[in-house]
Amino acid sequence: MGMSMAPLIVPIAIVSAIGAALAASLVFAERVITNYGDVVLDINNGDKKITIRGGGSLLETLTTQKIFIPSACGGRGTCGYCKVRVLEGAGQLLPTEEPYMDDKERALGIRLSCQVKLRNDLKIEIPTELLTIKEYRCTCDEIIDCTYDIKQFKLKFLDGQQINYTPGQYVQVLAPLYEKSNEEVYRAYSISSDPEDKSAIELIVRRVPDGICTTYLFDYLKQGDSVKINGPYGQFYLRDTSAPIIFIAGGSGIAPIKCIVHHMKNTGNTRKSIFFFGVRTTADLFLDKEMTQFAADLPHFRFVPVVSQPESETDWKGTTGRVTDVAEAYLNEQKDASDYEGYLCGSPGMIESSISVLTRFNIPEDRIYYDKFS
Amino acid sequence: MTPGNHMLHLLVILFASIFTDNILLARFLGMCSFLSVSRQVKTAVGLGFAVVFVMTFTTALDWFAYRHVLQPYGIEYFRFILFIIIIAAFVQFIEMAIERYSPALYQNLGIFLPLITVNCAILGASLFMVIRDYNLIEGVVFGFGSGAGWMLAIVTMAGIREKLNNARIPRGLQGPGITLIIAGLMALAFIGFTGVLSGQ
Repeated sequence: MGMSMAPLIVPIAIVSAIGAALAASLVFAERVITNYGDVVLDINNGDKKITIRGGGSLLETLTTQKIFIPSACGGRGTCGYCKVRVLEGAGQLLPTEEPYMDDKERALGIRLSCQVKLRNDLKIEIPTELLTIKEYRCTCDEIIDCTYDIKQFKLKFLDGQQINYTPGQYVQVLAPLYEKSNEEVYRAYSISSDPEDKSAIELIVRRVPDGICTTYLFDYLKQGDSVKINGPYGQFYLRDTSAPIIFIAGGSGIAPIKCIVHHMKNTGNTRKSIFFFGVRTTADLFLDKEMTQFAADLPHFRFVPVVSQPESETDWKGTTGRVTDVAEAYLNEQKDASDYEGYLCGSPGMIESSISVLTRFNIPEDRIYYDKFS
Repeated sequence: MTPGNHMLHLLVILFASIFTDNILLARFLGMCSFLSVSRQVKTAVGLGFAVVFVMTFTTALDWFAYRHVLQPYGIEYFRFILFIIIIAAFVQFIEMAIERYSPALYQNLGIFLPLITVNCAILGASLFMVIRDYNLIEGVVFGFGSGAGWMLAIVTMAGIREKLNNARIPRGLQGPGITLIIAGLMALAFIGFTGVLSGQ
């Protein structure tokens, strides 16, 4: 038996031994050669200082610190997403980074964080919103039908986690693998709930026919299931000025505005504000009671639901027409129309026509805020 | 064989591996990095040097492993696995060393090393060396020549692709399509060298 096995075992042993010896020498070499000692990573001019063992790439080091830089290729330098501004200590731009940089980015010292190695102390600058982005595990606490194609999902954070976000921002929901989808995808949804409650968030989602994530949310997610999200993201939040506000939203675009209005109520905001909420038919109308209540509680906030195609004259007593036309008519009556700040959320078409209305009243584009999702 | 003949023999191997029997254009090995990293001459030169360097050394290492380990034990059939392990370990090691001790060299050569760990041309050179029964010196000359031939091909391709940036290419042919057609034309051009010399 021993004799007959020998021709099999000896070759395998030899090759394995060589492999093991090479692996061991590599491990040894890594210890000795790539030991760069501790280096200091300075983020945003001293905001955060991390002392860490050098040698790894900037991207993986930031990930171990729970700072998530967007990256699609996993650090191979082929997607060009993981851009970070390095102020000091990164050396020259590498040939692997060059194709992804334009002249402006070169001048600013923008680098691909997957290609920059932590060999010495490094000073970097990243958008502060990336510092607060985290991954959260939640359970689906409640699902409410808002209309025939819009649902509201309440997600409660597990493990006593809390989220800190600016009202108006959005999160990304992970749609896991399920029967009809063989890839994991993230989709963005605005937070609609009262920002006072940091232990849970609500999202308002319209069903997209054959959408990977909305099909998962509508047909597969049950109360009590766990959900993974990350965030918060986005530049859509109430600016701290005293300018009058015009909100324009369509359908599920009401979500971030509801959150902002909650916040205005919580903080006793007295800014003059009006919210035009456009839907197609009365069957598409939802949250109007809550909004009317806000209008009663906040002295300078007005809520105007606008239905473009009411089923019958008797059915709908409110404003009829296209939401942008109604907003235009309102601005026409204002003496100070150009002082307004515009906050828009809805389909790309609605956002574009709203922008053209607002700019016609000389509202500068840098005072019109929106997040484009699709 | 007289010393003069011997030199001539090595020269024949060198030129054959660069021109007539180009590992990329005649054997179609190392296509993936050839297609993906041939957009700029500068990067192509860097990658080319990395391949020359790695091929020269790994043919030598693989020759030792083959002659002094695999052949004595009669286990030549393990050459695929062993060669791959040796190449991967060598590339890793060199990358670490260059990164640490020579930032300038790392800038120009080192960052390309991870890209070629799994370049099949490098394994191919070692396997051809074994098939053709080269001795150590012949093997190293062959490895160097194959690397230089690969570099010649990718730098030429990058030069052509830089010119193509200004050319109007039909939409369906843009990107990999036109690149593969050019690679084919280059291979045809290199057939012209066939018969001038033979390394075998």
